[in-house]
Amino acid sequence: MPKNPDIKKVLMLGSGPIIIGQAAEFDYAGTQACRSLKEEGIEVVLLNSNPATIMTDKDIADRVYIEPLTLEVVEQLILKEKPDSVLPTLGGQAGLNLAMELEEAGFLKEHNVRLIGTTAATIKKAEDRLEFKETMEKIGEPVAPSQVVESVEEGIAFTNTIGYPVVLRPAYTLGGSGGGIARNQEQLVEILQNGLRLSRVGQVLVERCIAGWKEIEYEVMRDSAGNVITVCNMENIDPVGVHTGDSIVVAPSQTLGDKEYQMLRTSALNIITELGITGGCNVQFALHPTSFEYCVIEVNPRVSRSSALASKATGYPIAKVAAKIALGYTLDEIRNAVTKKTYASFEPMLDYCVVKMPRLPFDKFINAKRNLGTQMKATGEVMSICTNFEGALMKAIRSLEQHVDCLRSYDFTGLNDEELEAQLAKVDDRRIWVIAEALRRGFSYDKIHEITMIDHWFIDKLAILTEMEAALEKGPLTPELLAEAKRIEFPDNVIARLSGVPEAEIKAMRHANGITAAYKMVDTCAAEFAAETPYYYSCFGSENEVEEEHDRKKVLVLGSGPIRIGQGIEFDFCSVHSTWAFEKEGYETIIVNNNPETVSTDFDIADKLYFEPLTPEDVESIVDLEKPDGAVVQFGGQTAIKLTESLMKMGVPILGTAAEDVDAAEDRELFDRILEKCKIPRPAGHTVFTAQEAKAAAHDLGYPVLVRPSYVLGGQGMQICVSDHDIDEFIGIINQIAQDHPILVDKYIVGKEIEVDAVCDGIDILIPGIMEHIERTGIHSGDSISVYPAPSITPKVEATLVDYTEKLARALHVKGMINIQFIVADEKVYIIEVNPRSSRTVPYISKVTGIPIVPLATQVICGHSLRELGYEPGLQQKADYIAIKMPVFSFEKIRGADISLGPEMKSTGECLGIAKTFNEALYKAFEGAGIKLPKHKNMIITVRDEDKEDVVEIARRFAAVGYRIFSTKGTAKVLNAHGVRAVAVNKIEQESPNMLDLILGHQIDLVIDTPQQGAERSHDGFVIRRNAIETGVHVLTSLDTAGALATSLENRARELTLIDIATVKGK
Amino acid sequence: MKAYLILEDGTVFEGQSIGAPREVVSEIVFNTSMTGYLEVLTDPSYAGQAVVMTYPLIGNYGVARQDMESKKAWPDGYIVRELSRIPSNFRSEDTIQNFLSEQNIPGISGIDTRALTKLLREKGTMNGMITTTSYGDLSEPLSRIRAYRVQGVVAATSCKEKYVIKPSDPTAEPTSIRTAEKPESLKMRAGTGRRVALLDLGAKKNIAQSLAERGCQVTVYPSDTTAEEILAAHPDGIMLSNGPGDPKENVEVIRQIRKLYESDVPIFAICLGHQLMALATGADTYKLKYGHRGGNHPVKDLATGRVYISSQNHGYAVDTDSLDPNVAVPAFVNVNDGTNEGLRYVGKNIFTVQYHPEACPGPQDSSYLFDRFLKMMEVSADA
Repeated sequence: MPKNPDIKKVLMLGSGPIIIGQAAEFDYAGTQACRSLKEEGIEVVLLNSNPATIMTDKDIADRVYIEPLTLEVVEQLILKEKPDSVLPTLGGQAGLNLAMELEEAGFLKEHNVRLIGTTAATIKKAEDRLEFKETMEKIGEPVAPSQVVESVEEGIAFTNTIGYPVVLRPAYTLGGSGGGIARNQEQLVEILQNGLRLSRVGQVLVERCIAGWKEIEYEVMRDSAGNVITVCNMENIDPVGVHTGDSIVVAPSQTLGDKEYQMLRTSALNIITELGITGGCNVQFALHPTSFEYCVIEVNPRVSRSSALASKATGYPIAKVAAKIALGYTLDEIRNAVTKKTYASFEPMLDYCVVKMPRLPFDKFINAKRNLGTQMKATGEVMSICTNFEGALMKAIRSLEQHVDCLRSYDFTGLNDEELEAQLAKVDDRRIWVIAEALRRGFSYDKIHEITMIDHWFIDKLAILTEMEAALEKGPLTPELLAEAKRIEFPDNVIARLSGVPEAEIKAMRHANGITAAYKMVDTCAAEFAAETPYYYSCFGSENEVEEEHDRKKVLVLGSGPIRIGQGIEFDFCSVHSTWAFEKEGYETIIVNNNPETVSTDFDIADKLYFEPLTPEDVESIVDLEKPDGAVVQFGGQTAIKLTESLMKMGVPILGTAAEDVDAAEDRELFDRILEKCKIPRPAGHTVFTAQEAKAAAHDLGYPVLVRPSYVLGGQGMQICVSDHDIDEFIGIINQIAQDHPILVDKYIVGKEIEVDAVCDGIDILIPGIMEHIERTGIHSGDSISVYPAPSITPKVEATLVDYTEKLARALHVKGMINIQFIVADEKVYIIEVNPRSSRTVPYISKVTGIPIVPLATQVICGHSLRELGYEPGLQQKADYIAIKMPVFSFEKIRGADISLGPEMKSTGECLGIAKTFNEALYKAFEGAGIKLPKHKNMIITVRDEDKEDVVEIARRFAAVGYRIFSTKGTAKVLNAHGVRAVAVNKIEQESPNMLDLILGHQIDLVIDTPQQGAERSHDGFVIRRNAIETGVHVLTSLDTAGALATSLENRARELTLIDIATVKGK
Repeated sequence: MKAYLILEDGTVFEGQSIGAPREVVSEIVFNTSMTGYLEVLTDPSYAGQAVVMTYPLIGNYGVARQDMESKKAWPDGYIVRELSRIPSNFRSEDTIQNFLSEQNIPGISGIDTRALTKLLREKGTMNGMITTTSYGDLSEPLSRIRAYRVQGVVAATSCKEKYVIKPSDPTAEPTSIRTAEKPESLKMRAGTGRRVALLDLGAKKNIAQSLAERGCQVTVYPSDTTAEEILAAHPDGIMLSNGPGDPKENVEVIRQIRKLYESDVPIFAICLGHQLMALATGADTYKLKYGHRGGNHPVKDLATGRVYISSQNHGYAVDTDSLDPNVAVPAFVNVNDGTNEGLRYVGKNIFTVQYHPEACPGPQDSSYLFDRFLKMMEVSADA
């Protein structure tokens, strides 16, 4: 069936800010879908509040609205743009929920707009627990006995009929928010209360616990003619009980025979057929480990994280095909973009093994509970490909960038056998390392399986790895042993550590014996057909099939690895744009990255894609083969920057700012010398290595001081210290993480924080704009509300900022991007830090100024001057819009994490508010971040002593918009003394009713709680904040943010003006 | 022990010996299925060939003899990247290593199967030798390799005497495996009582099984059975099975099939059966460059436009240009390369497919064709 001619203009719904459970995969899916629609001549209107995405680029869609994903906005947008269709299945759960709201409101019908890709009835059949169950029963597909409950009492009654344990799944939530396994009534009540509240429709599914069964997923496609295929199946190494987003996943399934494989495949096809989905769909199964019994766990009637993974694992572009299907095409009419010979109506065959590992944020939230369950906690993931499972796992481990490179990276040798057995029973992110230790101690496979329910096959593979460790330790390191170690992807440095042979010698031995990485193609068809898509992975002991040609200059673009707090999707945006710009400059582009969720790892972004870990050894193997003319590191975040030195040693020229200048910006002493030369002040500081030295430095500078390791992104390990005790504590934490670089101790200055991104061609400097943070210094820039153009700086300060930026860019010989953070205190400007690379704010500032910063920087790197490119250097004229970037957090997903903001970044994503006025922009930013107030008009204010005076004005403003204020006695006393009515409430350790009762009573909209600086002694604030977050109450830990929110509430916009970003042009 | 795979073009792969250590010369073909290695090993259509599995990890779930598609393993040799050290599946009775030894199948593991597959794709199917002998001079083995021809394989794989398979008890649990079947077909199954003659040209077990599950009584005949003998039993329908080798070699069988064609008995044919029916009615077959072997080929039903993912295993195809449109017209086509995947015979109750609706291994999407065959018998009986 050819394209439906009635579809001419499509509204695509994006997924909004990156949060745990909804991450970069939807940028990948949305971008691919937009391009696929445009290819067909469709006019694409895009709505997504996330400015860091590639899909919100004017090159990707025709009209781009970076506006809040709310019903009001989308209705207004439909009236304005008059699309004939809405495509909601590529924007994650956010897009799907919004489409449902539109449908339920009757708006689509009223305005003759159709949903394409799926129907509301289909969404309901798949997402509504009861309808789903009925649908499955109708077609004879088994589901675990379950019941939808709308109250705790109902839940208890039903559970009593099926017995504990039970799994709880709230309807219409993301990443399993609010779900869990209850083993007794107490747990049931706790989880159920929470789940009922989080569910959009107040429903929770209580079902028989099938924990321990094999978890198998199928990615299925269906077109309007009813043709169905499966793209891929995947097996979770972690059995049912761990969210698939937090599981180690292997593709294809490894422990299923053809009978099981086909049984589940047929079931998945029957399900997609019955649901009538046109597009992609993900079906999750639980398969009993010792019988053919299975249950359908859930169906996602849309493109999902698993489909992104399946796409990258097989080469089959699910989102692209789903978009074409939405237009009416059938699978046999859509070309297989990889082989260019076959069609989309086939099933990919893999001749390799794929392993996905989750990137969990426990290095950020060191106090958070590491246990994994049905609520997803991972912020991102890595994928790796090899011809064997062991190798794929080893590559995935080192791709995580969490100081792990083998199965010895977490040390459990200190546990005795009983403790180790107990540790095995704990389901957390280190479980495979625990199993490895158990194997070294001779625990039987049966015993490990009994405790973990992980399949024997996977346990055996871990054993092969631990046996190799032992063999390397025992020696001697013969060429045969080395070849075998490399076959299962032991990196040279691990072999060196285990064998005691120096790494350089190992490398020499490898080259002498021809033990080098070979590259194989991901071609969707196991080599059955010749494929043209240059998508490669490495393996050892095989023939290389990459044809190295050199007809153009070649550039290596290093990606940014897994999405983590502090290094998110922004860097993928930069990598992709830089790749496209290099291509325009006539370069052959080569991307190296390992993140399956991103646009950069799409097969048609660069001329070649190497899906590989970003370690020096892995990159060197590619360099040896491709012999690039240069590498660009300034767009891939800290992951790429960290490779600079290694690349230089490999003889690869660093394009753009030279490596020694990158170093100068990071090296304290070198940088101080530059600042001195430029006469630019910075907060006084010292470089130290030990706690002793740090304390001495702090005494010299005077507390408070800022302590941080050098060479980190996202402020990891950065803290404000107010005492010697704090320093001892933080240095201890920092030293838990391998630390090759010194620690910086700086005087902490309170002031306004200003951020500048600039492009320098070696002579001239272009500054697209100046951003100001709402929050004062001390809160990481990534967690601050950032306003462009800076609203409160004087012309004199502005001139100083420009002057300093220019001086620094020149002094550091920047070619390309530079990012500088300043403090402005009493009209004086200080430097906080300089990053000679692209930053988190680049996508946002590019979009709101209309200046294509990354392409510009890339052109400059290629030797063009800014003037030649038509840009007048200096600070650019301000745009007509105010643009506010609002951080978005995922605290409710990470139990036990402290949510108070500080110098260490904690947000997972961001959204944008853009408008002609500050107030409207602010309002949109809060709306986009999901802060929709007021509801109950009750709030809690409890602040530290230093803030007691400042809080009065803010409290007065909240009171003026109708808020009833509750406070701890101290704060209440101050407020009442200043004429702001506040009700004093007991602290949580005092008798009820106290603060906690108030929060748990679900009557509170907002908590303002400013924590003590330094290591907080009181547990009180932490408990209040955690409980508030977990009951869905907004918590602000900075008075500045609170002030901004008050402003937003005072100026509630009646009618929003929607702005098409594609029309914003640089001046 | 070291083993070598020597191809007729002189390429040598070095790996480890698996299974029987004996030397064998055969035709090398590759299969892209990711599961179903035991079904592949026991598929009689591989007689005379050595199979390369493109999926690199083989043996993961061991050997469950219930899944064998015939009584023994048929390939001359088995070529894999890696065999799993342990099998892991609740039904596993043995390891693939033991199975290969027991079945006296020589094999080689540890070779770059992707490089080998690319060679076969580019140069076409080649002969080769699996050996544990390290030949210094290849000229002698190469002359043996080049001289090899797949011959006499249908007779070798077919049953020697006819036997009867009773309908499966419709109330029984369907062999512990849930299939794709919809309630309607289950209804039809009860009391169908059709009698089907299955001409065993090297048949996979699941063809008879699929019919028996639908309530048919299946009489399986050796490949050298005459048409007269089959027709004398007055079957409600005739099933021509899959099988190995070059279809044109089966001159006598083709002659018998011509007679079956001329009867009015409904006929359904699979794979080799499909090719032989085409040859029997004047069409031609040709050897594909490297064949179709796997579980992912899309075939389009030309009557409905629907596309089904199919299980395939064939090295020859019917030449569409050779068809007499008054005799047979294409009913199915391969979406990838446009080759013929099925024929409908004009004015006859005959339809034939090149692929494998009986699956095992592979997708069960085309099992509806057995229902179509049942319906055809029903209509024919009513008439």
